[in-house]
Amino acid sequence: MVTASRPARARTSRILGTAVVAALPVAFIAVFFVYPVGSILWRGMVPDGRFDPSPLTRVLTDPELRRVAWFTLWQAAASTLVTLVVALPGAYVLSHYRFRGRSLIRAAVTIPLILPTVVVGVAFLALAGPDGALGVDLKGSIWLILFAHVFYNYAVVVRTVGGLWGHLDPRMEQAARVLGACRVRACRQVTLPLLRPAIGAAASIVFLFSFTSFGVILLLGGPRRATLEVEIYRQTAQLLNLPLAAALAIVQLVGVFVILTVYARHQERRTVELNLRPSVEVERIPSTRGEKRLVFANVVFMAALLFVPLAVLVERSLRTAGGLGFDYYRALGNGASNTVLAVAPTEALRNSLSFAAITAVLALVIGGLAASLVGYGRSRATQWFDSLLMLPLGTSAVTVGFGFLISLDRGVLDLRSEPIIIPLAHTLVALPFVIRVMVPMIRSIDPRLREAAATLGAGPVRVWREIDLPIVARAGLVGAGFAAAVSLGEFGATTFIVRPNVTTLPVAIFRLLSRPGAMNFGMAMAMSVVLMVVTAVVMLFVERFRAGDIGSF
Amino acid sequence: MRRILLVFVGFSMIAAACGDDSEPAPTTTLTLVTNDAFSSVAHLLDGFTAETGIEIDLLAGGDAGSMVNQAILTKGNPLGDVIYGIDNTFLSRVLDAEITIPYESPNATVIPPDLQLDTTYNVTAVDFGDVCINYDKAWFADNGVAVPETLAQLIEPAYAGLLTVENPATSSPGLAFVLATISEFGEDGWLDYWQALVDNDVEVVAGWDEAYYTSFSGSAGAGPRPLVVSYASSPPAEVIFADPPVTVAPTGVMVQSCFRQIEFIAILDGTDDEAAARRLIDWWLSDSLQAELPLNYFVFPINPDVPLPQEFVDHTVVPDDPHTIDPSLIAENRERWLDEWTTTVLR
Repeated sequence: MVTASRPARARTSRILGTAVVAALPVAFIAVFFVYPVGSILWRGMVPDGRFDPSPLTRVLTDPELRRVAWFTLWQAAASTLVTLVVALPGAYVLSHYRFRGRSLIRAAVTIPLILPTVVVGVAFLALAGPDGALGVDLKGSIWLILFAHVFYNYAVVVRTVGGLWGHLDPRMEQAARVLGACRVRACRQVTLPLLRPAIGAAASIVFLFSFTSFGVILLLGGPRRATLEVEIYRQTAQLLNLPLAAALAIVQLVGVFVILTVYARHQERRTVELNLRPSVEVERIPSTRGEKRLVFANVVFMAALLFVPLAVLVERSLRTAGGLGFDYYRALGNGASNTVLAVAPTEALRNSLSFAAITAVLALVIGGLAASLVGYGRSRATQWFDSLLMLPLGTSAVTVGFGFLISLDRGVLDLRSEPIIIPLAHTLVALPFVIRVMVPMIRSIDPRLREAAATLGAGPVRVWREIDLPIVARAGLVGAGFAAAVSLGEFGATTFIVRPNVTTLPVAIFRLLSRPGAMNFGMAMAMSVVLMVVTAVVMLFVERFRAGDIGSF
Repeated sequence: MRRILLVFVGFSMIAAACGDDSEPAPTTTLTLVTNDAFSSVAHLLDGFTAETGIEIDLLAGGDAGSMVNQAILTKGNPLGDVIYGIDNTFLSRVLDAEITIPYESPNATVIPPDLQLDTTYNVTAVDFGDVCINYDKAWFADNGVAVPETLAQLIEPAYAGLLTVENPATSSPGLAFVLATISEFGEDGWLDYWQALVDNDVEVVAGWDEAYYTSFSGSAGAGPRPLVVSYASSPPAEVIFADPPVTVAPTGVMVQSCFRQIEFIAILDGTDDEAAARRLIDWWLSDSLQAELPLNYFVFPINPDVPLPQEFVDHTVVPDDPHTIDPSLIAENRERWLDEWTTTVLR
């Protein structure tokens, strides 16, 4: 009897354990995503208690809407591809070579992620718009959209892929080389397959970002280009045509879900356990001429892609009527006098930082639990759960915002006038980042390490603490850094949420840019630079934190 | 470790939820639902709190369209007590949805009848502004081109490639300008006019900030085009926010291109404190707020007897006969007009 009941009991306790771990992320997603979005879709599709399929039929047959859907899909696919091609060498260089200024560059590549689109638009149009400094007018062309998506998503690839790449055992590739494989073949047959989970994770985030792109398309794509996101905004916020908006949102959701599920199945088959090494064993100082050239070329490329647009903004913030000067920064320091800002910029900064901190903690805890569920679990159910967790990133912000409005309106859930709704919305956007950074790391842990530890007498908790935690913690920190960055810059998704009047840095920039006048424009540019610097400092801090525990495994 | 984190999260959530209002509020609090633009000048309401002891919580709900639609979706369980920022292009939608309680303030006598629009006083007009084409004075002087005066002139070759407008589907001044052309050329002629504008290389962008700061040559963004759809209050703003100070506005207003936007305030049906909500409307019509509106919110006071600041007197005009369209016509035709405009201009 004893022998029979022991596996049964183990099984029960495993299920119980899973349930405990799952409770928080499941509840979060259910309350803050499934329920609100479900409510607004229900209101659209079942207007008078009866299901009305005609808007769905219209979406699927109207040539114009089909054109919009097709454009949304192909530009997202193209953006993902271009970003991967361009950013993978950067990820390699930043994770494999030690050189001066590297941690600064690592922190700086994250800056674009937080810049409001209208500010980026100013920089890009100054470079490649009509009368642009580069001498070509790309406004309205697909190239400017791709350029902007690469600009925004470069850090996603560098950080997600670089995080794993920097810990791959270099002896594997060396072995392949010794066995006669050329560099390219070693890369293709050894390194790329090992990196596949991380590349897939990065690709899925970049894809979702581009798929739901709103500001970039409106600003740089010209008025003739619309994505599903733009169309849903128009139907919901402007025309209050909920049936059509719901039908479009359903098409968007189904599309995203199918792509994510295909990706998850693919991932599942390809994952291999790895012997991860501390980055000190992987990194080296570029020594041969080829290596130096590679590092140099990539640094130059990053400079061109990332720093030139940022430099344009810095220049704009310093350009005053009397030549270059710090007038606009001084004006920011003087507080709200003679400006449209209701609160002092320092208060906006403080609000931004506290929301970022809360978002990072929430996303780390909820995302960490969810990632363990997905990473350690291998069942079909965890795959579905995995895709579900990614959906918020692929859902139209206006759908989520209006969903919040009609569902989170009663009792303890009536958060419409509580400031906490802002970090909650940010967490929804940041969660996929945390999960996508952590899952590949968790999956790559060689189970034999755990088995060995268990054989040597360590209990399950000790095994987790000694084997998993060092790896998971580092991935978690990268994820938390991302979450903080997402929160610092997040403006798009929260615009559609009814929220208490709390000024954050992006909100203040938006307000300055919504009034005419040289002073307002200059201060908006100066504040964007402040936002850039704050983000870089937060990222450097995360880097430091990360560096501290590298030797621990 | 996990437990510690959870406790930490719990604390952060409590801290965030309590935030600044951790002390119990002894006074009445009204929740005012408004659009993002007004939420930046919330300090204008400090005078109301000082006078009445009633605190104001502000809820921002996106642009004017988003805000109105959010209010309609929450009918019966409203977001707040009072809604401000409904404009005449969304007026009929609000009235048809029956989300407000009528209230005719004793101060409503200051409102010119042609601006009130709603005789049932479900909504109360409190300010107005005009959406007009702005021009860059320096550009026209330097290039020896006459400043256009009428909308019809804009399709002449002399003005090819000079005008930037906002997409009416995503921008409220963009919509106002389209309505101005419908008012000017009528249902039969406006699409032909737009076709001619397209042939004359009109530029369409998504929103006001982009049009003004990246396309328009008269702003600090120093774009390439000297004509832009903006507001009658933009030239005074250019003077007030100039750096260094200037005495003459760098931009001017094309008076015959203006479309009037009127903004309304209303009590939301379902409010807990109708009496306090009424006091807010009374106060909104009082001179103390009306006089503050131009320099803070860049709109004109609804009360014509409130003196305008000198910058507004010197650098802009209030058109005598701006374009207008009956709100019920707008409500009826908005979607069709937008579709027809999109088909003509963007495809």
